[in-house]
Amino acid sequence: MTRRGPNPAWWLVAPALTLIGVFFVLPVAAGLLLSFTDFDVYTIAHPDRLRFVGLANYAHLAHDPRFWTALRNTLYFVAVGGPLSVGVSLGAALLLEARLARFRGFFRTVYFLPVVTTLVAVAVVWRDLYHPRHGLLNHVLGLGVDWLGDPRWAMPAIILLAVWKNFGFNMVIFLAGLQAIPERLYDAARLDGANAWQQLRHVTLPMLAPTLAFVAVITGIGYLQLFAEPYVMTQGGPGSSTTSVVLLMYEEGFRWWNMGVGSAIAFVLFAIILGLTLVQLRLRRPETA
Amino acid sequence: MVRVPALLACLAALACGGAPRGDVVQLWAVGREGEAVADLVPDFERSHPGVRVRVQQIPWSAAHEKLLTAYVGGAMPDVFQAGNTWLPELAALGALEPADGRVAADDGFPGIQDTNVVDGTTWGVPWYVDTRLLFYRSDLVPNPPRTWEAWVEAMARLKGDAGPERWAILLPSREWQVPVILALQKGAALLREGDRFGNFRSPPVRDAFAFYLDLFRRGFAPRSGETAAANVYQDFAHGLFAFYVTGPWNLGEFAARLPADFQPRWTTAPWPAPAGAEFPGVSLAGGASLVVARGSQRKEAAWALVEWLTQPAQQVRFFHATGDLPARRSAWADAGLRGDRHAQSFWIQLQSVRSTPKIPEWERIAAKIGQYAEAAVREDMTIDQALTALDRDVDAALEKRRWLLSR
Repeated sequence: MTRRGPNPAWWLVAPALTLIGVFFVLPVAAGLLLSFTDFDVYTIAHPDRLRFVGLANYAHLAHDPRFWTALRNTLYFVAVGGPLSVGVSLGAALLLEARLARFRGFFRTVYFLPVVTTLVAVAVVWRDLYHPRHGLLNHVLGLGVDWLGDPRWAMPAIILLAVWKNFGFNMVIFLAGLQAIPERLYDAARLDGANAWQQLRHVTLPMLAPTLAFVAVITGIGYLQLFAEPYVMTQGGPGSSTTSVVLLMYEEGFRWWNMGVGSAIAFVLFAIILGLTLVQLRLRRPETA
Repeated sequence: MVRVPALLACLAALACGGAPRGDVVQLWAVGREGEAVADLVPDFERSHPGVRVRVQQIPWSAAHEKLLTAYVGGAMPDVFQAGNTWLPELAALGALEPADGRVAADDGFPGIQDTNVVDGTTWGVPWYVDTRLLFYRSDLVPNPPRTWEAWVEAMARLKGDAGPERWAILLPSREWQVPVILALQKGAALLREGDRFGNFRSPPVRDAFAFYLDLFRRGFAPRSGETAAANVYQDFAHGLFAFYVTGPWNLGEFAARLPADFQPRWTTAPWPAPAGAEFPGVSLAGGASLVVARGSQRKEAAWALVEWLTQPAQQVRFFHATGDLPARRSAWADAGLRGDRHAQSFWIQLQSVRSTPKIPEWERIAAKIGQYAEAAVREDMTIDQALTALDRDVDAALEKRRWLLSR
């Protein structure tokens, strides 16, 4: 059979490709071009005031202490918040899957609720919880910590909020992973005399490894894009102690309208996320294989 | 086939959906003003048959971004409320219709009107005015200070009486306004050479910053800033602090939130002046103006709305609804403000207000001032480190401006 014209498969994927091209590839390409210019407020109405600046925006970032602070804050958030979030999710999933657990449906729903609650509403409540003098947290812990007003405590406060807000999502994924582990493996382990800890260590965790890898990658990517929590809780303060890379990008791009610098931050962050994700996958590969 | 672009245009203009015949003027107003102006508008529509007004209310936190985005997207309203520090930026964009000859020059505050003039053109009509000055405990401070010296003396005495857990003054440690006001009182020029470079290491600015930092160093003000107070109003009444720098928006709040028997124990005062300057020390020319978008298709109706909203009669009603101080002097008497002892200080202060540099970069520079002021208050940086870094950052932010001016 002779083929006339292009492969008909093209017609089938054309709608999807068009959408991706128009709404993803084009804007990303435009963003990349923008990052090589000094596009700003002056340029919006007068395109002749646009200057091509090559890599100057990237060089500017390399010398901008705020960028390094934002990067450090973001990595702090990922390094502490990421494992904590995955750990809490895993713990909650294991508890819910435990043989003795009751009201599973109820707790699953309750733990998932923060994920679907809007962050702004949550932030209002958490700001009260964190209040240095009247907050519940200080009251319960018997402390006098100024959670959101002290540069040392603001990021831990943000991490706590983010972990609480997000652990339900990963928990559901872990639950699915746990339910996929065949019961006969546990039966075999028990016959061999394995106790609960040994079952967890040698059956549950190895069988959960692919899920764990997925959750770790997704959480890493998500946490590197930290934005909403500091945006509504602290606006990056106090003393830029909770300014994240995306918050800085937002401020440069939409508050100061320095689209050139904003785009450069976006691409640097993209490179960082890509790099860290590749490293993560490389590290996991021998385990999962 | 024609319908799709029409629908898109309609979406872009956000103006579709049963638009009635005649002119529909889109008005964007911010925050509480947006609610209050919606109540005034029906009267305007009655007196201007054929013109309808659609009010859209925008929160303060999103207003600036939304305006810029609307400009880029070609979706500007006809009339909008603009904080007067935004005008230079909007004028540079070419987003505004000139308002020359539309301001009642003899019935306003010159310092406020000046904020609406950028490069010789008037861009907005002042709608309401504000400025910052001292709110203080009149029972603890019998005579409000008229000089910095007397002010410092009063604060030292208050702090001495108050002990370590109370303060003489509550200052926000993160905001740029107080250090900038003090610098302006010293007669400082914040920028130099036609606003091409930062001028923060110059002696008047440095003196003002040193004075400001001293307030924290000597324990007059808590270093943690406003977070030291859980509730500004209650803590003011309880004597946690005796001076507070704020604006007219708090007149109503202080009246409403403080107990009735406490009311005689506080009032307002214009700024004290540094040595060699006249009382009162200058403050910031704040407030908001009404502006008409250059791209508006209904400019006549738009200006009619602006003209009507800024009439003294409407200003009086607006004051009663919002507590915003009228931009028209004649409205002050009618609003009962001239006899009000708290408002009296604002009347005096408003004769002596100055604009911040009128360049699009100002908001950005102001944020930097706040950032470095906070670092210096927290003693993460010395005053000279902070001012040197500030000059460096401001010079970098003004690079494009220098390039444009040199073309």
